[in-house]
Amino acid sequence: MAVIYARPPLPSEDVRWRIVQGTMRRQGYSSNALIETLHAVQKAFGYIDPVAMKFVARSLRLPLSKVYGVVTFYHLFSLRPQGRHTCVICTGTACYIKGTPALLASLKREYGAGDGETTADGAMSVLTARCLGACGLAPAGIFDGEIAGNLTVEETLDRVRAWEAK
Amino acid sequence: MTIEELEEIARSERDARPAHSIDVCVAASCLSCGGDEVRKALAAETAGQADGPQCRVRGVGCLGLCSAGPLVAADEQLYRQVKPEDAAEIAGSLGGAPIERLRCATEIPFFTRQNRIVLENSGRIDPERIEDYIAADGYRALVTALAEMDPGEVGEQVSLSGLRGRGGGGYPTGLKWATVAKAQGPLKYVVCNADEGDPGAFMDRSVLESDPHRVLEGMALAAYAVGASEGYIYARAEYPLAVSRLQAAIRQAERLGLLGKNICATTFSFHVEVRIGAGAFVCGEETALLSSIEGNRGTPRPRPPYPAEEGLWGRPTLINNVETFANIAPIIRNGGAWFASIGTARSKGTKVFALAGRVRNTGLIEVPMGITLREIIYEIGGGIPEDRGFKAVQTGGPSGGCIPEAHLEMPVDYESLAGVGSIMGSGGMIVMDESACMVDVAKYFMEICMTESCGKCVPCRVGTVHLHEALRRICEGVGTAADLARLEELGEMVKQTSLCGLGQSAPNPIFSTLRFFRDEYLAHLTTGPARCPAGICVSGEEPAS
Repeated sequence: MAVIYARPPLPSEDVRWRIVQGTMRRQGYSSNALIETLHAVQKAFGYIDPVAMKFVARSLRLPLSKVYGVVTFYHLFSLRPQGRHTCVICTGTACYIKGTPALLASLKREYGAGDGETTADGAMSVLTARCLGACGLAPAGIFDGEIAGNLTVEETLDRVRAWEAK
Repeated sequence: MTIEELEEIARSERDARPAHSIDVCVAASCLSCGGDEVRKALAAETAGQADGPQCRVRGVGCLGLCSAGPLVAADEQLYRQVKPEDAAEIAGSLGGAPIERLRCATEIPFFTRQNRIVLENSGRIDPERIEDYIAADGYRALVTALAEMDPGEVGEQVSLSGLRGRGGGGYPTGLKWATVAKAQGPLKYVVCNADEGDPGAFMDRSVLESDPHRVLEGMALAAYAVGASEGYIYARAEYPLAVSRLQAAIRQAERLGLLGKNICATTFSFHVEVRIGAGAFVCGEETALLSSIEGNRGTPRPRPPYPAEEGLWGRPTLINNVETFANIAPIIRNGGAWFASIGTARSKGTKVFALAGRVRNTGLIEVPMGITLREIIYEIGGGIPEDRGFKAVQTGGPSGGCIPEAHLEMPVDYESLAGVGSIMGSGGMIVMDESACMVDVAKYFMEICMTESCGKCVPCRVGTVHLHEALRRICEGVGTAADLARLEELGEMVKQTSLCGLGQSAPNPIFSTLRFFRDEYLAHLTTGPARCPAGICVSGEEPAS
């Protein structure tokens, strides 16, 4: 006899939960869809908090420990909200050889945010990427989704200052 | 779909081509120096000329010479460092004399020494149109194979070609296919490893973004040969363009009946799905990749059983890398013997490298196996800028090693690279000049392995931390001979006892730099001058800016 499990209600009225639920429905609520679902949460909310993890765990009928394990295993999933702007500096080999450490040091010095950190006012998150595939124009970075190559310390700081000016 | 129908699509596609075409490179490197603005400017410029020559402006995949970007190919003429202001002049020159000021010489060794098989369509076709791929002989191999060859014959051609895994391991592809073909079971999988994690390597991304159908055709041929009906492409989340182009390509191929149920009206069915990674270097390891597709933490598991026997959800699974699959269609089209005629005795065909670092011409190159490192760096790469001295070339990323000047005459093949303590790897090739500190480079790679270790087995989880710590001490000028001894002893242990390739190869950068640049290590020690000869490490007289 088939047992019907009740799916948990949406955690709140927020329409973004419907996007998350839709992702799980398309995959037939299969436990294999965990990573796909977490991508949907990360994309919709910008981070994955305990409320989201519990909702996903109950919907896919997985232990919360497993969901937490997967969230913390992968770099792309974040437990905390990101800053309003994001500055991703490439730390691939070519970029490293051509001066990435100096770029990161300058951001830390000027704004107090190192790799993976967000400034105290929540304005900017500094992130690093293993390789952006722009090795020909190393060092490279991504400023709010816009990729830039041949970066110098001055240019990096200029781009961040342009955000402040707005 | 029959071969006649395929030819009809190709013919009508070729007939519909406008008189002129302008192709703008919009791969990551050219994008980062304004490629997309150039494309928009050219599109706006040509759209305005209603009475002028009929012209089509497209964004295409990598044109190769990244250091001269943004690159534009106007008809057959390549232009370098194009700015949006140059759009009018380029549009006006169509059908006339090329613009000397912007001309990018294509008779230089960078272009003439290459042999493009995997990249033959890269930058030449519109990756978002299946018709364009078909017009370039695409899907011909698949349709012909389904009509005229049995699965065993397809596998035989691949064996005959001598193709070896392009993900770095170099396992004979034909042998792997034969193992999966022999495995029993009602359901088998074909998986494409597109989790290109090595820093400094972007060949797979370029293939997926520039020519996604090529990979799908290779996978379909593989599925036919081994008897699989389901396929997955595991792509990095960092490559959103590659993912969207693959998804579009799958839909187009399904619409034409080249993928999906009953392909070409035969009993062969093959469904492909894209799975997106979530940023874990270890997922490039095949068993970790399978775990990740199954929705778990990407941790590897002991082999045997190999995925060929028990892979995805316990079913026989064929896993190959993007570049390996991209080689399949030309092999079936031209025959395995043709492919085997290129390269060396044990390494056949070509290899795509991402050439970067301290070298004049950086970019994506495809060269026949057996070419020497010196030819790649000094002829194709144009040598070291600012006339500095060469120090080392790094291949294989965090699993590879640094090769010094003394071995530059060495031919590039799997065995030679392994002989000097490096590996072919997925194809990153980073040139370093005398300003690089080899201890710092070893520390850089060890940091990657340390942070990316999945934590499942102790030698890798704990060993990489201690190796990194010893390297850090040496770099900071407080290292002793005991730290050096620890690197060698512990490194050997990590190599011998780790569960998967990540840990087993993690000490390679240390071993190769110790082998060829031991004097640099000794100079950092407290028993020596305790300073960094290159001035990179904090122990040097001047810290790096």
